[in-house]
Parts: sequence; structure tokens; C-alpha cells
Amino acid sequence: MSLIELHYDVPGDDFTRAGEASGDVKRQLKQLGFDPAKIRNVVIALYEGEINMVIHAGGGEIDVSIDPDCIRMVLRDQGPGIPDVALAMQEGYSTAPDNVRALGFGAGMGLPNIKKYTNDMQIETEIGVGTTMYLRVDV
Amino acid sequence: MKVREIRDILSAEIICGEEFLERDVFSACGSDMMSDVLAYVKEQAVLLSGLMNPQVVRTAEMMDMQCIVFVRGKRPDDSIISLAKDRDIVLLSTRLPMFASCGMLYENGLRGGAIR
Repeated sequence: MSLIELHYDVPGDDFTRAGEASGDVKRQLKQLGFDPAKIRNVVIALYEGEINMVIHAGGGEIDVSIDPDCIRMVLRDQGPGIPDVALAMQEGYSTAPDNVRALGFGAGMGLPNIKKYTNDMQIETEIGVGTTMYLRVDV
Repeated sequence: MKVREIRDILSAEIICGEEFLERDVFSACGSDMMSDVLAYVKEQAVLLSGLMNPQVVRTAEMMDMQCIVFVRGKRPDDSIISLAKDRDIVLLSTRLPMFASCGMLYENGLRGGAIR
């Protein structure tokens, strides 16, 4: 059992609300007194994941476990799945439609960015079933 | 540089956050791609953008940015303004385009800061 456990439902139909969960996690970590640089790593990774959920998967769920030495995040969606994870991990590779690019996202930096800001990243994905991402940031 | 100086240099209008004009900022970046801001930018205090949606404010929030300058005379709607107010982020709007805005701030001593 972690010190604090948080759960969020991410709606998939409202791009303007994407980031609400990440913003809330940031406020909670700040209140708990974590190092601002570590908090930034957590929330950038989480925000990228949250945006991905809304853009590609019609929303999903986020669970965050806060411990004194690490923050663990599980992002679960029931979207289309990722056909080629290795390809999706390449910087600049994107399947986002033009309307998403017009909103400032879809540059193909989401998954590489998540990897960059976390200490561990595991992806489980199945076509037509969904994707679950396990992230850990050591603090 | 103070946020107040950014307002003066860019002849910008204050949309919200007037109480934070004395904040010190040391670096800035200009981009309409929030993906790139999240990927490449490190410890930037000011974001210049022509993009107009709440994710600009959310990106600034995640990156601990203090101030957003909307270029090309763009004005944010109420949802963007209320989000920025809630996060204590200053919003400015200038009629200048992106290139000129960045150039004028650079010329006056504001720098791009580190890249990740």
C-alpha cells in the first residue's frame, strides 16, 4: 500500500479538459513537498500520457501511487492499441490527425518524451483491446 | 527581466495576472507546438505562442512557466483566462508577430535558456 493513491477518469470527448488529472497530481506533489524538478518529470510524462489517451483512445483511467522514494503511474485505456511500439517510440513518428496538430500536439514526441522523463516505462498493448502504460519516477 | 518589462518591450496588453508583473524571468521560448515545448524546453519562464487553446496554459503549468505571451494580436477566450488565473500565470497579448516578439526580447537581454 502506497502512502497516497489517486485515481482519475479521463474523459475522451473533451480535449480542453485533457491535463486536469496531471494538474491535480502536480498540486498534490507540491503540497507534499517533493523536489520541483522531480515533480516536473512526473507531470510532463503524465500529461503526455493523458493527451495520448484523449487523442488516440477515447479517454481512459489513471492511477497514481505516491511513495517517499518514487511515484508510480498506471495509464489504462481501451483504445485501438499500438500496432508497432518500437516505431511509436521513435521521435517524430506520429499517427495523430491534422486536427490534433492544429491544437499543438501530434509531433511524434509523446512516447519518447514519456521515456525521457521517467526512470521506468513499460507498455502492454493489444490491437482492438487497449493499452496500459506503467511509469515510475524515482524521487 | 521583469514581466513588466516584457509588457513594455512588446507593447503588450495584460489579459490577467497584473499582480505578478514584478516577477523575474530569465529565459523564454516561442512555439506553436506544445509537443516540442514539452520535449525540448528546460526551465523556461516565458512562453510565446500563437496557439489559442487551454492546452497552452496547461503546458505552461506543467513546465512551471510564469508568463504566456500571445502573439499576432490573438486574444484568449474566457476558459483560457480563467485557467491561467487559477494557476497564477500571467497572460499578455501583443500585436507583434512571433519572430519580431522573440527578437525584441532577445535584443533586450532575455535568452533561450537550456535545451534538454
